[in-house]
Order: sequence, then C-alpha cells, then structure tokens
Amino acid sequence: MPQTHSSSQSHEDDVPDAPAAPTQVASTDALDDLLDEIDGSLQVNAEQFVRSFVQKGGE
Amino acid sequence: MEVEDAAGGLGAARVMGIETEYGITNPDRSGANPILMSSRLVQACRAWAGQSTTRWDYGGEDPLQDQRGMRRSRASATSDMLTDATEYDEAVQAVTLRRRRGSWEDPAHLNAVLANGARFYVDHAHPEYSGPEVSNARDAVLWDRAGDAIALAATVEYEREEDERVALYKNNVDGKGASYGTHENFLIRRDTDFDDVINHLTPHLVTRQIFAGAGRVGIGQRGEVAGFQMSQRADYMEAEVGLETTLRRPIINTRDEPHAERSKWRRLHVIIGDANCMDVPILLKTGTTALVLAAIEAADTRLGACELREPVGDVQRVSRDLTLRAPLELASGETATALQIQRALLEICRTYVASATDAYVITRWESVLDLLDRDIFSAAREVEWVAKLQLLGRMRSKYAPVDELGGVQEVPWDDARLAAADVQWSQLGTGLAARLERAGSFERVVSDEDVAAAMRTAPRDTRARLRGDMVAARPDLLDAAGWSSVVLDRETEHGDLEVVHLDDPLATTHALLDSLIGG
Repeated sequence: MPQTHSSSQSHEDDVPDAPAAPTQVASTDALDDLLDEIDGSLQVNAEQFVRSFVQKGGE
Repeated sequence: MEVEDAAGGLGAARVMGIETEYGITNPDRSGANPILMSSRLVQACRAWAGQSTTRWDYGGEDPLQDQRGMRRSRASATSDMLTDATEYDEAVQAVTLRRRRGSWEDPAHLNAVLANGARFYVDHAHPEYSGPEVSNARDAVLWDRAGDAIALAATVEYEREEDERVALYKNNVDGKGASYGTHENFLIRRDTDFDDVINHLTPHLVTRQIFAGAGRVGIGQRGEVAGFQMSQRADYMEAEVGLETTLRRPIINTRDEPHAERSKWRRLHVIIGDANCMDVPILLKTGTTALVLAAIEAADTRLGACELREPVGDVQRVSRDLTLRAPLELASGETATALQIQRALLEICRTYVASATDAYVITRWESVLDLLDRDIFSAAREVEWVAKLQLLGRMRSKYAPVDELGGVQEVPWDDARLAAADVQWSQLGTGLAARLERAGSFERVVSDEDVAAAMRTAPRDTRARLRGDMVAARPDLLDAAGWSSVVLDRETEHGDLEVVHLDDPLATTHALLDSLIGG
C-alpha cells in the first residue's frame, strides 16, 4: 500500500475525494429531529445529569 | 518503502499517534469508582479482543527525561509522572534476554495491547486508548476513530459481564474543574533546534483552535462564567513550556521520551488539543501540525513573523472570540487575528507538501479557513465547535421563554439543558455528535468500513504492524509488548524472556518476528 511519495506528481494516487463545495450547513431537519428526540430527557434530567457528571483529573 | 530522505529525515512520512482519555460514568450510580470501572473496562476490552491481546511492557519508559536536556531526579518529580518501571534497557541489539517477573509485578489487568497495535489501559481514573504509530494524518483519523469503536465495543462486553451500565465520553472537562487529556505525538528530528519548536509551533497550537476546538459551554476551569468557547482545554493551559501534564499545563510539553532511537528522534508530546468527535478536526489538527513541524525542521525563516508576544493569554483570547476577529499581539509589535496567522502558516506549509495526504490536508485547511472567514456557521459540517454551537443555538431559541409582551429571550448559557447537551455531545455510541454524524450532518474523512477494519488491523507502514500482527497471529508466544519492544516468552535453552527491540518506528519487517507471524 503506497503511503509515501517523493515527488509532487504522484499526489493523485490515493487522495481522498476533494472537499465538497462549501456552505452545506447541517440540515435543519437533522438538528430539529435530534432536538425532538432529546427534548423529554433534557427537560426532566438536565440538572441532575450535569451535577452527577464528575470526573477525576487525568493525564 | 522509502523511509528517509537524503538529510536523514522522515521523507514523506511523519510518525504520529493520538492518545485519548475518556470520561467514564455509571449512569445509574454517580458515585461509582472510576478507577474500578476503568479497570473492568480494560478487562472487557480484553474479552472483546478474544485471544488477540497481550500485556504492556513497562521496560524502557523514561518519562523523567526533559526535551531541554535535563533529567529530573525521581525525588523532584510528582507522582503522576512516575510511569516508568525500574529497568531501562539501553541495549540496541535486536534481542536481549530478560528475567521473568514475579506475577505480583504484573499490572496486566490494567493494560491490553491489541491487534491493531494500540494500547488500551487505565491512566489515573480514566480508560485510555493510545493509538498505534501512523505515518500520516488520514491514518491518524482512522486509528483514532477505531479507538472509539473499540472503547464502545468494550462497554458492550462490560455491561454484559458486570450487569450494570457504563458510559464513555470523548471530551476533556467535567465542568467542575477536572480536565483529562487528548494528546498528540509527533516524531521530529533530534537535530531540530528546540527553541525553534517552542517559538514557531506555539503560534500554530494557539490559533489552530479555530478549526480544532470541540466547543465548550462555560468559561473558566469550573465554568464559573456563563458562555461558550471554542476549546475544551484552553482554560487549562497555564504555561508556555514545561514538563508537567496535570498541573501548570504548558502549550509545549518538554517530556523527552522518544520510544525510538534517541540520537535521531524526539517525540513531541502535544497536550493542548481537544478530543474530537468529528473526522475533519482530527485530520486537520494532526495534518497541519505535521506540516508546520516540517517547516520548523527546515528552519523556514518565514515562521518568525507569526511569533506571539503573549501566547498563554492568547490561548484563552482565541478560544473565547467566536467572531474570529480578536487581534493578537505579535512579537514584532504588529497584530494579527488567529485566522490571519493560520492563513500565513498555510502559505508557508504549501512548500512542505510531500505526500497525497499532505496535499489533501492543505486543501481541507484552506477550505475550512475560507468557510470560517465567510460565516462560521458555513463550517458546521467540518468544525466541531461550530457544529455544537449551531445545535446549542437552536436549543436556546427552542426553549426561549416568551414574556408578557411577546418578547423572546434566548435561554442563557448557564441553563443546565445546555450544559447537559454539551456533555452528551461526546458520549460514545448514542451521543449527539454520533447521532448527527449518522444523520449525514458531518463531512467524513474515513468510512465506517475502514474504521471497522482498523479495530483489528495495525497500520502497514510503521512498526505497529509487527506488534499488531504478533498479537493477532501469535499471542501465545508473547509476554508483553511496548512501543519499542516485543517480549517473547517461548521454550528456549536459556529459559529467559527475549526482548525484541523495535527502535525504528518506520521498520515494518523483522526477520524473527516475521518468521513467527508466518504467511
């Protein structure tokens, strides 16, 4: 599997697809669907969830 | 494969790897012991891996070595730095002998080395996935996402074995003051002037947040000020240079532990970055940093123009400026915005494109800067803090209370629903980012099929191939494995363990190991 190239001519070999044209904002539908899905649990449990999310420092 | 250019450098390859510490909770019991849960998760990971796993080799780690040439005495090190074992083997022969350990010395239950070359283990009070060494940024994305998939697979085993729930979060803060890290590692040439690394990589690390930040609700280490900022980690960076990772965290970490031939390589340990749930930020944070390092190795004089006067303060300044228009003071006395500094670095880095992945990174880098410059929300498919801000902004409108006069006030940033969504964004499997990704809302760099394969296969073009293939093919012959060692335990006349040294990260073959791995 070629992973390295010494010259700039061979860049096309395994280039993933170029980025799509800009300004594809995340679809309104996907965000609204997600908000509808999580609505119930957030309204009821948000405060307790946030309070109980406690981690120790790491690294 | 071509490994080194005439100057003894890396050629087109840049050895790198990502370590991720996950947040861990029992959703039904908030006081559950995180060390115990993490330890059980590693056991569950081993169960997921079946026979294809081995222990971690603690020989050879030297975390007290400092990049600046000093070596700390153990007495002056804080306990969290002491991750090395007693032995340090400086021999560079292909195989050395080692006495067997007593079982009481075996920390196996806290470690699993996997067939994809990664290490899954307990670090302090978190499960951590250290991805295998890869040669380019696209592979860094692939094996990082594979780590998320492995961690998630381990939770499935865990819930079956323990009969209780466990949730993992790919974030870096708990909002109560604790932070845990996502570290990038890059090998750089030993003959690179380390002051150049400090002066010229710092502006990049400070300003790359604009596309690498994961977004955070709350300002200050404990979120004491209501608001939203780009980066999870910005409020925890308190020094420009230093050895620590858990207190007075530095922008440039000086730990000098190359896990490779010391005369040739340094391993630069980058601790400023956020954990990312999206592909493009992972590609860009590793790919752009690799290119800037290539410019630094080449002593490119153009880099001096980007030097910052107050980089530590600028980390927070950039993270909190969602307009991307805040001027940063340069060492020259002029000012520039984070976007302008990124554009200058992009132009410099065009000179150092040496591979297909580099070219891809440059294309993505430029396009993301263009999007951010035009309208930040146009970058919501690529940039994680923007995607998060867009979702939270929608929540702030949706839940906005209407007053008696019909006026609408957006929900304030200290509303618990926003803080909850910020955390739930990063939950592995069912998190908000994962759901948006499944809905097609994010640009992908790697496919789900490739990620699935990378869960059980190591990169082919680094020494991780030897480690991973041994774990996959002959775990019965392994005592342990580390970054630069594979320890064999087989029937021999001498009766000792045999340590195979893999000091060259780009060596992909080894006569003895390949004979054991077979066809």
